[in-house]
Amino acid sequence: MDIFLQQLINGLVLGSIYALVALGYTMVYGILGLINFAHGEVVMIGAMVALAAIHALTGTALPGPIIVLMGLLIAIPACMLLGYGIERVAYRPLRHAPRLAPLITAIGVSIILQNIAMIIWGRQYISFPPLLPTDAYTVAGASITLLQIFIFLLAVAIMAGLIFLVKRTRLGRAMRATAQNPEVAGLMGVNVNAVISTTFIIGSALAAVAGLMVGAYYGLAHYYMGFLLGLKAFSAAVLGGIGNIGGAVLGGLLLGVIESLGAGYIGPLTGGFLGSHYQDVFAFFVLILVLVFRPSGLLGERVVDRA
Amino acid sequence: MRLSGRFSLSLAAAVMILSGCKEAPPLPKVGELLVKIGHAAPLTGIQAHIGKDNENGVRLAIEEANAAGIVIGGQKIRFQLLSEDDQADPKTGTIVAHKLTDAEINGMIGHLNSGTTIPASRVYHDAGIPQISPSATNPKYTRQGFKSAFRTMANDEQQGKLLGEFATGQLAAKRIAIIDDRTAYGQGLADEFEKSAKANGAIIVAREFTTDKSTDFRAILTAIKGKQPDVLFFGGMDPQGGPLMRQIKSLGITAIFLGGDGIYTPEFIKLAGDAAEGAYGSLPGVPLEKMPSGIAFRDKYKARYNRDIQLYAPFCYDAVNIMIEAMKRADSVKPERYLPELAKTDYDGVTTRIMFDEKGDLKGGAITLYQVRNGKWEVAETLAGTPTESSSTTTLAVDDRG
Repeated sequence: MDIFLQQLINGLVLGSIYALVALGYTMVYGILGLINFAHGEVVMIGAMVALAAIHALTGTALPGPIIVLMGLLIAIPACMLLGYGIERVAYRPLRHAPRLAPLITAIGVSIILQNIAMIIWGRQYISFPPLLPTDAYTVAGASITLLQIFIFLLAVAIMAGLIFLVKRTRLGRAMRATAQNPEVAGLMGVNVNAVISTTFIIGSALAAVAGLMVGAYYGLAHYYMGFLLGLKAFSAAVLGGIGNIGGAVLGGLLLGVIESLGAGYIGPLTGGFLGSHYQDVFAFFVLILVLVFRPSGLLGERVVDRA
Repeated sequence: MRLSGRFSLSLAAAVMILSGCKEAPPLPKVGELLVKIGHAAPLTGIQAHIGKDNENGVRLAIEEANAAGIVIGGQKIRFQLLSEDDQADPKTGTIVAHKLTDAEINGMIGHLNSGTTIPASRVYHDAGIPQISPSATNPKYTRQGFKSAFRTMANDEQQGKLLGEFATGQLAAKRIAIIDDRTAYGQGLADEFEKSAKANGAIIVAREFTTDKSTDFRAILTAIKGKQPDVLFFGGMDPQGGPLMRQIKSLGITAIFLGGDGIYTPEFIKLAGDAAEGAYGSLPGVPLEKMPSGIAFRDKYKARYNRDIQLYAPFCYDAVNIMIEAMKRADSVKPERYLPELAKTDYDGVTTRIMFDEKGDLKGGAITLYQVRNGKWEVAETLAGTPTESSSTTTLAVDDRG
């Protein structure tokens, strides 16, 4: 039983990181109908910038958690700027172009960012200095670290804040209006360009937080880390119903849990025929199953294609 | 015309200077013979720190040989290093092997990984180029019937066997979990370890796999945790070993962590942080301090490169030197001439006294176990393979952490 609980905890922590990244995909898709494939790379840059700052501060008299917090405070504006820049350079000029064009620039931006990161930080793994307490608490036979609790709570708080922002504030209303019909929203006095930029900036700030979480959780960062993470988070967004904020959260958590439980139980269930290295396959297999029966995702509504 | 004569002379000099600038390696002087030594290792990617270390070991030996002014077959020899990046990728490994044989190297040092060394060894064999791998430990490398393949390190059959005996003996493990990274090295070592541990009465409670690019092992580890192993063995390299170690500690697994030579690096401790404490790693050969001239080599390396040895540099250094010694004995740098001499090597190297068996494997071959203590790798125990004079067992008490 403690294995089940342990896998569940692993899955929820991993899933909350997926959910944070998935929100970035889903927000942009909701407003522009565009899949921002460079988003995984924004997460990676967030992790790298945060780690660079943390490494620069390590050795000073500051306590560990403060250093990590400062790393985060440096990474967030850096990623916001990057997100704004990507939208301005790669997507805005193509806003009225055929749908394939911004998809291609998205992949292009992704490759460029990877290579820039490789040039700046090298091809090696960058380690996360031991600044945070690593003690594990035992709860009902499962162990959980302070960092895991913190990651989960922070992710939940951010997601709640975001849902509040979209549903209850002026900016949120402008975002929803732009998503429904940009032209009409513009006629009603909504500054569409500003709303779209803000969406990218918010998504990138979430990416920076997720990047640092991954770095701290696994203890390392790498120029290529954004690729698989982005793919998983994108899958999570699709699983929950892309464009739907609640769906991204649900999809992320679900994907994390499925992955953990799948990897933990696939071996015993198949008598050792399939091992835990099928972890990634398992997640995508569930995604396919869901899409076969609910093509618009778990919480997604059938959207009529915009004319 | 005097003027034009001087003009053409200066023109020729200018051309010579220009062409001299373009040519990167120093041209052999008149009467010198250029001998190309090939080398391949991952010089980029996550194992680049180990690959560069290998390259540095090779270069150090070559620079010393050039400074010594060796004469073979009546000609002064200038050795040149041709180093290639195989990216630890088997496919790239054979591509660079072809590139090196096309460049007509006289001998090959490398590759670093078993996964690249084994497919590449066919290329060198077909071209008749003697190959010495300093660090490929998968048994298969020397089991292909290639007369051209040698290694200066004990293979995984020897290493895995001794590690299995160590786990069941000194660590008194009854229940053992094994994880490997599915590379030729990781899987090969884990298989040999499993065989040996089973033969010594241990139960293998879990055998899990990952890849050499993974970072998340929590799902695997949680499954393993439920089976309560005494020892967790990992067959793989440090980029996985470090995070693995962190996650072991954060899941509250108390099993003793044991790994092969792939995790015995400073990088492992850096990546694992505090969690590295108490982990065991092994390295074929005796500790650097106990090597016949290990200390001298360490200082020499530090003076030349201003950094510490990562892992295999001494084995690379020895590999170059036994190749040059074989050339000297054969009095020829031609591969087909000095290859028979290479097989007859009996050389007191930095690492040990090097002799090859009929397959090209190192005779004897001790294994040393190291443990992370206070953030540093320290010698825990040397397990002698077949006793040679230099590798007497130096048993330090292994702390009993039951």
